[in-house]
Amino acid sequence: MFTAKLSGAIRHIFLLGFLMLPGQALAFREGINLPRGVTTMSEDIYNLHMLIFWICVVIAVLVFGAMIISIFMHRKSRGVEPAKWHHNTAVEVVWTVIPFLILIGMAIPAAKSLIELEDYRDYDMSIQVTGYQWFWHYDYRGEDVSFYSRLDRDSNRARQLRPHRELNPMEVDNYLLEVDNRVVVPINQKVLILLTADDVIHAWWVPELGGKKDAIPGVVNEMWFEVTEPGVYRGQCAELCGRDHGFMPIVVEAVEEEEYEAWLEEQREEQTAEEDDESMQLSAIEVAR
Amino acid sequence: MSTATDTHHDEHHGPASGMRRWLFTTNHKDIGSLYLWFSLIMFFVGGAMAMVIRAELIQPGMNLVDPMFYNQMVTMHALIMIFGAVMPAFVGLANWMIPMMVGAPDMALPRMNNWSFWILPIGFTLLLMTFFVPGGAPAAGWTIYPPLSLQTGDAFPLLVFGIHVLGISSIMGAINIIVTIMNMRAPGMGLLKMPIFVWSWLITAYLLIAVMPVLAGAVTMLLTDKYFGTTFFDAAGGGDPVLFQHIFWFFGHPEVYIMILPAFGIISEIIPTFARKKLFGYSAMVYAIAAIAFLSFIVWAHHMFTVGMPVAGLLFFMFTTMLIAVPTGVKVFNWVATMWRGAMTFETPMLFALAFLFLFTIGGFSGLMLAIVPADFQYHDSYFVVAHFHYVLVPGAVFAIMAAAYYWLPKWTGYMYNEFWGKTHFWLSTISINVTFFPQHFLGLAGMPRRIPDYAVQFADWNFVSSIGAFVFGISQLIFVAVIIGCIRGGVGRATDRVWEGSHGLEWTVPSPAPYHTFETAPEVK
Repeated sequence: MFTAKLSGAIRHIFLLGFLMLPGQALAFREGINLPRGVTTMSEDIYNLHMLIFWICVVIAVLVFGAMIISIFMHRKSRGVEPAKWHHNTAVEVVWTVIPFLILIGMAIPAAKSLIELEDYRDYDMSIQVTGYQWFWHYDYRGEDVSFYSRLDRDSNRARQLRPHRELNPMEVDNYLLEVDNRVVVPINQKVLILLTADDVIHAWWVPELGGKKDAIPGVVNEMWFEVTEPGVYRGQCAELCGRDHGFMPIVVEAVEEEEYEAWLEEQREEQTAEEDDESMQLSAIEVAR
Repeated sequence: MSTATDTHHDEHHGPASGMRRWLFTTNHKDIGSLYLWFSLIMFFVGGAMAMVIRAELIQPGMNLVDPMFYNQMVTMHALIMIFGAVMPAFVGLANWMIPMMVGAPDMALPRMNNWSFWILPIGFTLLLMTFFVPGGAPAAGWTIYPPLSLQTGDAFPLLVFGIHVLGISSIMGAINIIVTIMNMRAPGMGLLKMPIFVWSWLITAYLLIAVMPVLAGAVTMLLTDKYFGTTFFDAAGGGDPVLFQHIFWFFGHPEVYIMILPAFGIISEIIPTFARKKLFGYSAMVYAIAAIAFLSFIVWAHHMFTVGMPVAGLLFFMFTTMLIAVPTGVKVFNWVATMWRGAMTFETPMLFALAFLFLFTIGGFSGLMLAIVPADFQYHDSYFVVAHFHYVLVPGAVFAIMAAAYYWLPKWTGYMYNEFWGKTHFWLSTISINVTFFPQHFLGLAGMPRRIPDYAVQFADWNFVSSIGAFVFGISQLIFVAVIIGCIRGGVGRATDRVWEGSHGLEWTVPSPAPYHTFETAPEVK
């Protein structure tokens, strides 16, 4: 008696919980699906993702539908007599061949996109990216521009374990997704990224640019993107690389061509100034000796 | 019975008493129980680590543990759940059930059986000791990729030795299972008359023998790289870190099938029983398991699509990986066809089996999505992957083990477990596991990498939901322990020999509890 009541109560609680979930979900912040992205290839990847997702949904409806029907219709409490058959070659051949054909249907567009993604020829510019524990180094090849990129100061103050925390993470803009030096790239140019690492394996991932590659010591990996919309795009290291793996953000700023040239010029001046400064100091030390 | 006139010959057939019974036992049932208890304890140890992980992730900011300790938790949670909880549970079930299912008196190599169990706690003592040595426990993930894993402190040799010991245990267990199945079947039981559970274990045992030495080789190479100046995985000396990944996943991919094929076997026993209908397409099921096992050897690189492989390699691994969907699909269709037009009842083991079927299929779908390389470039190392493999391993492997425990508990103990609490355990587990892992798909797609101890604010809500689900799941497992102990202590009454109305197979022809030596004369199978 008591157990029956309790089980009824538990059932009600679960039902309520389930009804509340979709309502809650609506209130949640954006981001339950892959972003469409802003590069020539990311739209392709997104479409591929959705194609396979919908194929899975259709198969799920059929399979789970059959399961649910048999769970409700073919139960002993309804007085059903179990059928005697347990074999049917024709059916089994059909449900081996049809999935095979569906797979071929998926494989063709996937292979097409993949071959395009892996074509690194005819790029307009290239950046060498080196992963370190735990920051990135960017070297604009042939441009005399290179810099380190680390977690920004506010995120760093907020990410400390209590009681060393000086800021509340909720109050930091782009908490853990902001850096001191952003990567700036021009739009509508094929940017080749050459990836390597100095110590351990890292991975460079900005979801909206589409895809990631590992940065491996002793190996140079390639990836490319061509951003079509100006904006700021954020990502993170995606390969476990030690203690501060979670604190290696990547921020890419895509700008118009002229703006990019101006930025390059500015960087060059700054870096020359810094180098002069350093060499002045060095010669000062030498003089002192 | 102290009279000298007592001439019973079977006195020594009963178990020894006290500690000696468990330390020195060669009886497949005692060893099976040891494996299962060990696995249950490890399930809680690994589960406690999962609770630490989810507690840290409940809101943004570092709240509870240091990032280094977080990485240790992530690593040890995986190692313990794989090698300590799931694999020993399956071996325990094999020990208990295979001799009874094939009509044998015991396992073929009983003394080795004792050893293959008792070195397991030794291996885990080594692994758990790593928390107390300078540098702390391994923190490079269970995949222990170099160069990061070479930064481990004094824990490193303990880790490698621990893995060796666990591998030896698995190989000995696998040999025992193969020899038992090959040599000790009852007269008349041809290979294609064996229960599917026995089939699934026969194939799994071959996988174990094939891949555990590969893992042993990989970790030994790491060891010599760290201590003896070799440079297998060091580019500075002519090696390649990616080589380790190829070797590791040549072990690691079949390993994930080692953790699911016996589950297929269990589900293929339970669904026909409670649908009161024979398994649909028995031989197709056997061939499907064999096909999956074969394919598992040629798809390893799908774990490393982002390491920069040539496009031909990517295409090969993409196509072969997608191909696994065919035999897996056949299995799911056959299970559904077994239920179709059956006369189903929904006792706890059947509920767990149905949840397996439903949720494992969802894990299969996300697996198919992961096979598509361009999309995998987005999913790889994100929470989408975490969601995928937890759908396969928790409602997959773990639920199958729980289904098996409820299904065979009456046969093991001689008593029925409490159905109400069994069902409560089921519903709490099933709902909470979905609350835990379903939102992780969203997190991954939205861009949250895996293995991070802290995250950007936009991931806060789903992480909160996921953590709450995890805590409920963790607490619910205490019910499981209570039901098991309650059942051993008498449960809700005596179990009949044929516990379930629709059950068939040799294990149901003997009394409940099953006698210490089941078949002294082999039963005849027609």
